[in-house]
Amino acid sequence: MPPLKLSILDNETVEQIIEEAIQLLTDPGIRVHNPEGLRLLAEAGAALDSPSQIARIPETLVRQCLASAPKEFYLYNLSGLPVVRYGGDTAQFDPGSTAVSIYDHSSGAHRSPNTQDLVKFVKLVETLPQMDAQSTAFICRDVTERIGDLYRLYLALNYMHKPIITGAFGIDTWWVMWEMLAVVAGGEAELVKRPLAVFDVCPTPPLLWSNLTCQNLIDCARKGVPAQLVSMPLAGATSPVTLAAAVVHHAAESLSGVVIGQLANPGSPIVWGGAPAAFDMRAGTTPMGDVNTWLIDMAYIQVGKSLGLPTHTYMGTSDAKLLDFQSGLESSGGTFLAALSGVNMVSGAGMIDFLRSQSLEKLVLDAEIIAMAKRFIAGVEIRDQPIAVDLMRKSAHQANFLSQPHTHRWFRKELYIPSEIIDRGSLDAWQKKGSRPATERASDRVESLLKNVPPSSLSEELRAELRTLTACAAQKYGMDHLPPLPVE
Amino acid sequence: MSNDLYTQLASSLLDGDPDATEALTRQALEAGIEPMAIIKEGLMPGMNSVGDKFSCGEYFLPDLIIAADGMKKAMDLLEPELRSRRQRVESPGTVVLGTVKGDIHEIGKSLVATMLSANGFKVYDLGVNVPNEDFILKVKETGANIVGLSALLTTTMTVQKEIISELEKAGLRDRVKVIVGGAPVTRGWAKEIGADGYAEDAIGAVQLARQLVSG
Repeated sequence: MPPLKLSILDNETVEQIIEEAIQLLTDPGIRVHNPEGLRLLAEAGAALDSPSQIARIPETLVRQCLASAPKEFYLYNLSGLPVVRYGGDTAQFDPGSTAVSIYDHSSGAHRSPNTQDLVKFVKLVETLPQMDAQSTAFICRDVTERIGDLYRLYLALNYMHKPIITGAFGIDTWWVMWEMLAVVAGGEAELVKRPLAVFDVCPTPPLLWSNLTCQNLIDCARKGVPAQLVSMPLAGATSPVTLAAAVVHHAAESLSGVVIGQLANPGSPIVWGGAPAAFDMRAGTTPMGDVNTWLIDMAYIQVGKSLGLPTHTYMGTSDAKLLDFQSGLESSGGTFLAALSGVNMVSGAGMIDFLRSQSLEKLVLDAEIIAMAKRFIAGVEIRDQPIAVDLMRKSAHQANFLSQPHTHRWFRKELYIPSEIIDRGSLDAWQKKGSRPATERASDRVESLLKNVPPSSLSEELRAELRTLTACAAQKYGMDHLPPLPVE
Repeated sequence: MSNDLYTQLASSLLDGDPDATEALTRQALEAGIEPMAIIKEGLMPGMNSVGDKFSCGEYFLPDLIIAADGMKKAMDLLEPELRSRRQRVESPGTVVLGTVKGDIHEIGKSLVATMLSANGFKVYDLGVNVPNEDFILKVKETGANIVGLSALLTTTMTVQKEIISELEKAGLRDRVKVIVGGAPVTRGWAKEIGADGYAEDAIGAVQLARQLVSG
């Protein structure tokens, strides 16, 4: 049975959005602050306005590039198995990435994360089956910010088994990150055959590719590394306030990314992703747990699917500053809607405070939501024929199903049973256990999960090679010693 | 007659109708009302009401911005008149602001610029991706007493620190107050890099700027 699916736009609207996005790529065109990107576009027939670095991309070129973009690809784990499917309506989840703070539930503090925090986080993600991929979740503040991007990947590679969603903050550092991945994959050709990672590449609204992100996109394409386009129109600020117009804006930026990537290397894997938001008109912020934002998300996902591309979004995250009603509401709403939209990669779990803060406790809470959402979209299956007549007749009017073999045979498959974070006991039982809220049970669960982390499969040789690559990059930016890795 | 016009001027700001504010200002001048009276009796009460309504949650950012636009249109008409009378509106201070180099985020910085202007500050907005030396030069040139540095990326936050030390080297640090802002910027960061202040939003930035120039 295919997963349950929710669409919010009618076909005519989707077509009009794509039509208008293509019109925007010719007038006013897209700004590309990258010489190689401009050259690729010009050679393929885009009209260039050199002083303003604007490329006007003709519709034929957009269509040609859409035709060469793959409809599906897989990410592989460190054992070489395809575990994440980018394509179709498969909904998968990874933690939100690039947090600048860690939220510590027990102390209530938002503080700067360090090496120890990220290692702990990566290990925790390995223990959670709800997380289909890792992400480079924090920026560690105990190393120079110049290696902030590659250092996250270095730490993750040392402890992960799942594939990873990542991104670079520099043009040079992208190459170090690529080299690390190639080392772990067993060579450049192996990495193309079995990608371990996706790189986020973010255009700047409205309609701009900066030098850095455009080069990252081109380098990904050339090396056959999947690139995830993360367009982020801000409705009412960097984009029109009407939600449909923000979706057109998103489509225009994303199409330009598809074109640049496919021109650099036709057939290179590319993802129709995003992190748009509806600007908050009171606080001037970018709320991710907002119903308006969700509508933009679901609409752009539908547009991406109509183009036949793999999809990504930033949903299931919250703007609350602690773990409370708001964080639960926003994370649940976004997670369920993303799952129902069939998004191939939903980033955001663990995060609060506008994608600024990551939290281990929230990650395990969000894992509960994700498990429920995954169960929900699996829908109601027909297990027996007839469905119930034989079963009900056999028991006649007795309520004795608990003791029947049929129940024992099916209950694990039919019923999703949550972890003990979700309290389903009596009031009395709950009081006996100390009358504790779900957030405290989440702290317990973090600790108990961390006691059973599967060991890393990385050999000592590979670990040493990764450390050398990282240490060289650190030295280049004036950092002579890397922080030690935590003792196993 | 003039009271009626003052009320209409204030209402035009509250209604978010800059063309009406401009037309009413022209009408008031033609009726011979003193420019300073137009500002003090019509425009300022209007702007204050808009600010109050924002503070209590009735108005939102687009209401503030459009009112500020009306205010600017009115001031463009009134300033030549004030000059010819050798009068001037007391300005609380002069601000040089921009988004630091390597960073092209515009909204927050522009919002702060708009709100400071609407509250009487003389604002020099240097734009985005501003080289460090441009801040220094503009401070020298304008004699500004506040510098606003915006950074939206964790990788560009450190530039705020660079600019503070360059202001020190140029011997300007004692003359200007430095305020910092941007999504990753916190009060703690502001303190760490030796800035004089930090505000969460544009309204907070106006209050902060007022405090810094008065104290």
